[in-house]
Amino acid sequence: MLELKNISYLVDDEGLGDKKEIIKNVNLTIEDGFVAITGPNGGGKSTLAKLVAGIITPTSGQILFNGEDITGLSITERSKKGITFAFQQPVRFKGLTVKDLITIASGEKITINEACGYLSEVGLCAKEYIDREVNASLSGGELKRIEIAMAIARKTPLTIFDEPEAGIDLWSFQNLIHVFENIHEKAGGSIIIISHQERILNIADRIVVIADGEIKEYGKREEILPKLLKGAAPAPILGDDDTTLGCPTLLDKIKQ
Amino acid sequence: MAELTAIQKTLLENIADLHEIPAGAYNIRSNGGMLGRNTTANIDIVTKTDKPGIDIIIKPGTKNQSVHIPVLITQTGLKEMVYNEFFIGEDCDVVIVAGCGIHNAGDEESEHSGIHTFHVGKNSKVKYVEKHYGSGEGTGERVMNPSTEIYLEEGSHLEMETIQIEGINSTERKTYARVEDGASIVIKEKIMTHDNQVAVTDFKAELVGADSSADICSRSVAKNHSKQTFKSNIIGSNACKGHSECDAIIMDEAIVEAIPELTAANIDASLIHEAAIGKIAGEQLIKLMTLGLTESEAEEQIINGFLK
Ligand SMILES: Nc1ncnc2c1ncn2[C@@H]1O[C@H](COP(=O)(O)OP(=O)(O)OP(=O)(O)O)[C@@H](O)[C@H]1O
Ligand SMILES: [Mg+2]
Repeated sequence: MLELKNISYLVDDEGLGDKKEIIKNVNLTIEDGFVAITGPNGGGKSTLAKLVAGIITPTSGQILFNGEDITGLSITERSKKGITFAFQQPVRFKGLTVKDLITIASGEKITINEACGYLSEVGLCAKEYIDREVNASLSGGELKRIEIAMAIARKTPLTIFDEPEAGIDLWSFQNLIHVFENIHEKAGGSIIIISHQERILNIADRIVVIADGEIKEYGKREEILPKLLKGAAPAPILGDDDTTLGCPTLLDKIKQ
Repeated sequence: MAELTAIQKTLLENIADLHEIPAGAYNIRSNGGMLGRNTTANIDIVTKTDKPGIDIIIKPGTKNQSVHIPVLITQTGLKEMVYNEFFIGEDCDVVIVAGCGIHNAGDEESEHSGIHTFHVGKNSKVKYVEKHYGSGEGTGERVMNPSTEIYLEEGSHLEMETIQIEGINSTERKTYARVEDGASIVIKEKIMTHDNQVAVTDFKAELVGADSSADICSRSVAKNHSKQTFKSNIIGSNACKGHSECDAIIMDEAIVEAIPELTAANIDASLIHEAAIGKIAGEQLIKLMTLGLTESEAEEQIINGFLK
C-alpha cells in the first residue's frame, strides 16, 4: 500500500525567475490492485511516479510504503524495498545488452532460459534480442518492451508503468494486459499504470485523474470511467497523441 | 620450454586470454629474453640480427591460423625497445595476438617500447589484437609505448583491437596505416585510465588507394586525475571513406582531449569525425539504481558495458 500525504513539488521556473508548483498538496492512498492514473499532458503524472521512485524529492509532504515512511530513502533503497518504475522514456546504454539489464533487474544470476522467458512475455523473440545492446539501434517499441521485461524480472509488490502502451502495437497490447496480471499474481501488491488509453483504464480497479498537479478525481473505475468518457472531467483527458490537449493555455489564447 | 611462474601466467591471461602455452605459432618474450617459441609449416619466426626483435613470416594462402607474441616483464627497472616485423603473404586469413604485461614489484621504472610493422599482402585478412596490462605492488612506474605501422596492399583488410584496461602509468601509442586500392583498416581502441595515469593515442591513416577505407573507433574512460589525449588524422588522397570516432566518459578530476584532423585531397574522399566527451549520463545511473544497484555499482556496470 502506498500513501502520499500533502505532497508538493516545486521547481525553479526559468522564465519567471520564480517557483512553479508542479504537484500541489496531493493526498492519495493506493490500495492493492490495479490503479490507473490518467489526465492531460503535463498534468503531473510522471512527476508523481518519480517522487514515488525517489528520483526526485518532494518539497514537502510524506510518502509511506506499507506503512513505512520512505520520503528520505534513496532510489536504491526504495528499489530494494520493492518499488519498480518502468519509465515513459526508457534509457539507452552503450554496451550493456538486454541480458545484462534483465540480469541486473532480476537481482541474481539467472539462466539464459529465464532471461529469454521474460522477453517472450513481452513478445520479443528471445534469440534475436538477448545479446543486443540496449543502444540507439533499438526501435522505440522494442525499447519499451525491454523496459517492461525488466519490470517483470523484478516482480516487486509495487510496479509503476509510465505509459507502457505508448508505441506498442495492437497485438502486444493484449500481451501487456497479461503481463500486468502475471506480475500481480506473482508479487501481489499494487500495479500503477499511467495511461491515456481507454483500453487500459478498462482493466483498472481504480482510476486517478491528475491535472494541473492536483488530484481531480479518484475512485472506482465504474464510477470514474463513465465521467471521463462523457467528457465531464475538468479537462480533456482521453485521446491518443493529440498534443493540443496538453496545452490548454495555447487554446485559451487562441480563443481570446 | 621453461615452466611459467604464477605471475607470468596471470600476465599471460590478462594480455592474451591464454591459460597455458598457446597452440600454433608463438614467441614468448620475458624480461628481454626468449621464454619459448614455436613455428609451424606456414608461420616462421626468426630472431632479428641487427636489432632486438623478431620477424614473423606467414606464407601466402595461410588460412585460419594464429600467432601469439606476448611480452612479459617481471623484472623491475627493465627497459627495452623491440622491433617486430610481420610479413603476411597474399590471400591469408590469420589472427595475431600481441600484448605486453608488466608486473613491477620494485621501485624502478619498467618500460616496454615496441615497434610493430605489418606488411599485409594482397587480399589478405588479418585480425590483430593487442592488450596492455600492468600490475605489481611496487612504486616503480609501468610504461608502454607501442608503435604500429601497417602497410595494406590491394584488397587486404586489417582489424586492430587495442585494449588497455588497467595498471599502465604512462603510455603513448602511435599507429600509422597506409591503405592501397580496395584495402581497408578498422581500429577499435578501448582505454581506461585511473589515478595519475597518462595515455596518449595518435592514429594516422593515409588512404592512398581507390576505394580504400579506414574506420577508427576509440572508447575510453578517464577516472581520478588521469589524462588522455586522442589524436586522429585521416588523409584521403583518392576516392575513399574515412571515419573516426572518439567516445569518452570522464569522471572525477580527469582530463580528456580529442584532437581530430581530416584532410581530403580528392573530390571523392569522404571523411567524417565524431567526438563525444562527457560524464556518465545521469538517467543511466538512475535507471540502474531503480533496478536496485547503488550509485557506484551502477557506475561500474555502465563502464564495464561501455568498454566491453
Ligand atoms: N524540472 C522541471 N522544471 C520545470 N518544469 C517541469 C520540471 N519537471 C516537470 N515539469 C513540468 O511539470 C509538468 C508535469 O510534467 P509531467 O511529466 O509530470 O507530466 P505528465 O502528466 O506525465 O504528462 P504526459 O502525459 O505528457 O506524460 C509539465 O508541465 C512539465 O513541463
Ligand atoms: Mg508523463
